[in-house]
Amino acid sequence: MLQIPCPYCGTRDEAEFHFGGEAHITRPGPEVSDEEWSDYLFNRENPKGTHFERWCHNFGCGQWFNVARDTVTHEIDAVYRMGERKPTPENVLTENKRRLA
Amino acid sequence: MQRYSFLRHVGHALRGHRHWQPAWQTAEPKKQYDVVIIGGGGHGLATAYYLATRYGIKNVAVLEKGYIGGGNTGRNTQVVRSNYFFPESAAFFDHSLTLFETLSKELNFNLMFSQCGHIVLAHSEHELEQQRRTVNSIRLNGVDAEHLSPQQLKKRVPLLNLDARFPVLGGFVQPRGGCIRHDALVWGLARAADSAGVDIIQNCEVTGLQLQGDKVVGVDTSLGGIAADRAAIAVAGHTSELARMAGFRVPITSMALQALVTEPVKPIISTMVISPTIHMYISQTDHGEVLLGAGADVYNSYAQRGGIPAIEETVAAALELFPSLSRLRLMRQWSGTTDITPDTTPIMGKTPVQNLYLSGGWGTGGFKAIPAGGDTMAYTIANDESHPLIAKFGLERFTIGALIDEGAASGVSH
Repeated sequence: MLQIPCPYCGTRDEAEFHFGGEAHITRPGPEVSDEEWSDYLFNRENPKGTHFERWCHNFGCGQWFNVARDTVTHEIDAVYRMGERKPTPENVLTENKRRLA
Repeated sequence: MQRYSFLRHVGHALRGHRHWQPAWQTAEPKKQYDVVIIGGGGHGLATAYYLATRYGIKNVAVLEKGYIGGGNTGRNTQVVRSNYFFPESAAFFDHSLTLFETLSKELNFNLMFSQCGHIVLAHSEHELEQQRRTVNSIRLNGVDAEHLSPQQLKKRVPLLNLDARFPVLGGFVQPRGGCIRHDALVWGLARAADSAGVDIIQNCEVTGLQLQGDKVVGVDTSLGGIAADRAAIAVAGHTSELARMAGFRVPITSMALQALVTEPVKPIISTMVISPTIHMYISQTDHGEVLLGAGADVYNSYAQRGGIPAIEETVAAALELFPSLSRLRLMRQWSGTTDITPDTTPIMGKTPVQNLYLSGGWGTGGFKAIPAGGDTMAYTIANDESHPLIAKFGLERFTIGALIDEGAASGVSH
């Protein structure tokens, strides 16, 4: 069970949240080629490691926010609001990882 | 290859089973191969086996980062069926089922294939109507399927609770569907591929691809570089990572899919039962464990372990339909990394990199496709042209908009 720190309500169980897939995908304009449109619609980063993703606190405040989470350990490295800058790899490292590094 | 037979078994039994040969050799990587296959799961081994036996390419290596049977081939729930809605999928998956029917004999290895039937339940009038349409489509595709009334269901599955919160109003069965011992499949394929001249190299992780221009010329591995005229990616849950090494993007999300078994009991369920609405599937293994599965965990994961919420939902759904299982204890729970595509159809064929081929995006249903996946990939690698059965499964379908959206027809949704 993930414990997700909602930036509005505090830490709650995974069951209260809805997963919204990869974050920071920008919709291109209507002039793009089929390849670029298909890349926007379907292709995903899907990394083994830190993944930037959206979550919605469905059974809580109902707000969307961003999470940087490790897809191997499931450790949540950073939580930030919609519209805030994407953290760089250096500042998403959690204490735990810094110790190991 | 030492052939297995009744007389040989008796001979070895009299000598205390101390003199069996290993089923396949431990190979050291050579400097160069005609074809290097990345991934020693069912699809990789089947591709190597068919390359060597049907397409005459024997200088082949299969690179496995762990051990044979330790990945998704040993983690799935063994379902084999071809009750697909769209003609492209049905033709491909029925080719697989047809190959499975003679594969034990061909490999000289008992796969314990049991065509015990695969039943899909319906819980509402709308679902029944949709099932009528699905069954018609399956039959038009030339695949076997029959409607079942609640009484017929009760006769086939006596433990089934028809008066659940969402009552069972009917269902359909694919009589040729069933299950196969998944370890046996991968062991049998490894043994047959090895005896056909394929090098099976375990504990050898691919760390990079050697590219020359837009062409692949070899792979870097934890055991050193290996030159290859052609290479194929068949890595189940890690397609995105391999595609990144090759420099292209894929429409794949990796998620953890779990399964669980109870303690073993005497035979109580003789068929596969699946409920898309109540969201679970169930069968009983040959050694008596009741095998349960359901939805994937909802977020990207390479962890190969699942979360508690998915287990809770699976067990609750199973008990709704089979209340008599409530006293059984769960014995094991595990998870595999599944590569989900937007249309739940696999991605097979050529890639933007020359001489590099891809068999991926198998999502939650790759096990049943192993013989057909191997056969068609071997053809594709040998001829540098997609096999007609997978011509529509290519990566380009996402650009031209020709998706094969099998979501509705592929078991429980994930």
